[in-house]
Amino acid sequence: MNPIFTAVIIVSAIGLIAGLGLSIASKIFAVPVDEKAEAIRECLPGANCGACGFSGCDGYAAALSKGETTDTALCAPGGNDTAKAIGEITGLAAGEVKPSAAVVLCQGHNVNAATKLEYQGVQSCKMAAQIFGGPKECIYGCLGYGDCVEVCQYDAISICDGVARINPYICKACKMCVKTCPKGLIEMLPLHETKAAVLCKNHDKGAVTRKECTAGCIGCMKCVKACEAGAVTIDKFCAKVDYDKCTGCGKCHAECPVGAIDLMTLC
Amino acid sequence: MILVKSFLAIILTSVLTENFVLCKFLGICPFLGVSKKLNTAVGMSAAVIFVMALATAVTYPINKFLLVANGLEYLQTIVFILVIAALVQLVELVLKKFMPPLYNALGIYLPLITTNCAVLGVVLLNQTKGYGFAESMVNSVGAGLGFMVAMVIFSGVRSRLEGADIPKFLQGLPIVLIAASIVSLSFMGFTGLVDGIFA
Repeated sequence: MNPIFTAVIIVSAIGLIAGLGLSIASKIFAVPVDEKAEAIRECLPGANCGACGFSGCDGYAAALSKGETTDTALCAPGGNDTAKAIGEITGLAAGEVKPSAAVVLCQGHNVNAATKLEYQGVQSCKMAAQIFGGPKECIYGCLGYGDCVEVCQYDAISICDGVARINPYICKACKMCVKTCPKGLIEMLPLHETKAAVLCKNHDKGAVTRKECTAGCIGCMKCVKACEAGAVTIDKFCAKVDYDKCTGCGKCHAECPVGAIDLMTLC
Repeated sequence: MILVKSFLAIILTSVLTENFVLCKFLGICPFLGVSKKLNTAVGMSAAVIFVMALATAVTYPINKFLLVANGLEYLQTIVFILVIAALVQLVELVLKKFMPPLYNALGIYLPLITTNCAVLGVVLLNQTKGYGFAESMVNSVGAGLGFMVAMVIFSGVRSRLEGADIPKFLQGLPIVLIAASIVSLSFMGFTGLVDGIFA
């Protein structure tokens, strides 16, 4: 036989066998796709931020469809609309997402905070924090190298005068920045409500704090005495507000001698 | 004893002196693409070892009984591409059905391997070197191990690069390519090692 024919026959035979084998195998080994999970996945924002506590949007959708969780309100970026949509698909009661936004609790910008060293290393908070706690005198404050800016998928964070600021209108409450900040300065604050926020995390004694930052909480207890709702406490020389108890009356804000407590209405 | 010795020589050759990635420059795209983190690098390498061994096991009889028997050795490349692609697809289907955790772990890398030149390279080199079946299998597992060694070493190098203060014009791919060439240079130092040991 002509060698060309042999070649053509052998190659096409192998191709045919491979093709047929694959098509048969795809029937035999077909895996039923979880349609419910697919539908839920469509409703989720797809940011894969992990605010729900699962490995990503796919993970949350799979957990919901398998009944591993019945909480439809875990998706903070999606908010109430997503919770409602998931509720319709799964037949679960649509939970209510309490709207919140992230706030950086530091006012130690270049004017307020004193510096102790000149840092010329890698421009990253995580790296800078390892050298004497960062270039600022206050080891609790914002370093301003923007690790949170990088991690924010919604571009809600910017650095102003060496301190990170979060735009509450853009923030989707995914908490990525909360997890990233090496100083643990970012907290979630409820939206649409007036709350007193302590914009300082300095746990040094008052006299030390004063030397480090002009806007630092010195733990003078004036706010604790002023608060009628009992929402303010002092924890290691730094005021702390319980947002559930806070009525937003603003008395602590008025009393604070260093201006560390601010009255905030996000959005 | 001689058999063990020759197998050892083949493994050492394919892992160190003739490392597929660093000395033969095959399979560079996964080497640069997936070496960013250690766990993905190991996952990819495990998949490559598996596919290389499987591809050799399947292509060897095809080559011997279909191609060589009919005097069609010149069709090796095209037939091997066809067989390997179909094989990887089949493996993917089987894994999806019976081992979902492994499928999820390897998921992205399996299709990538279909077109990995290192896999095609190892089966073709087995033929040019005239290895028998057992030697071919040892050589392909060794080549996979070599791929893993290169990936693991390079993922370590890259994790160091992440924290380094790199000049702006070298950031990203340029510094990765420079690092890869230095790692490759260091593997050139193994030249003559196997001949020296097994002489």
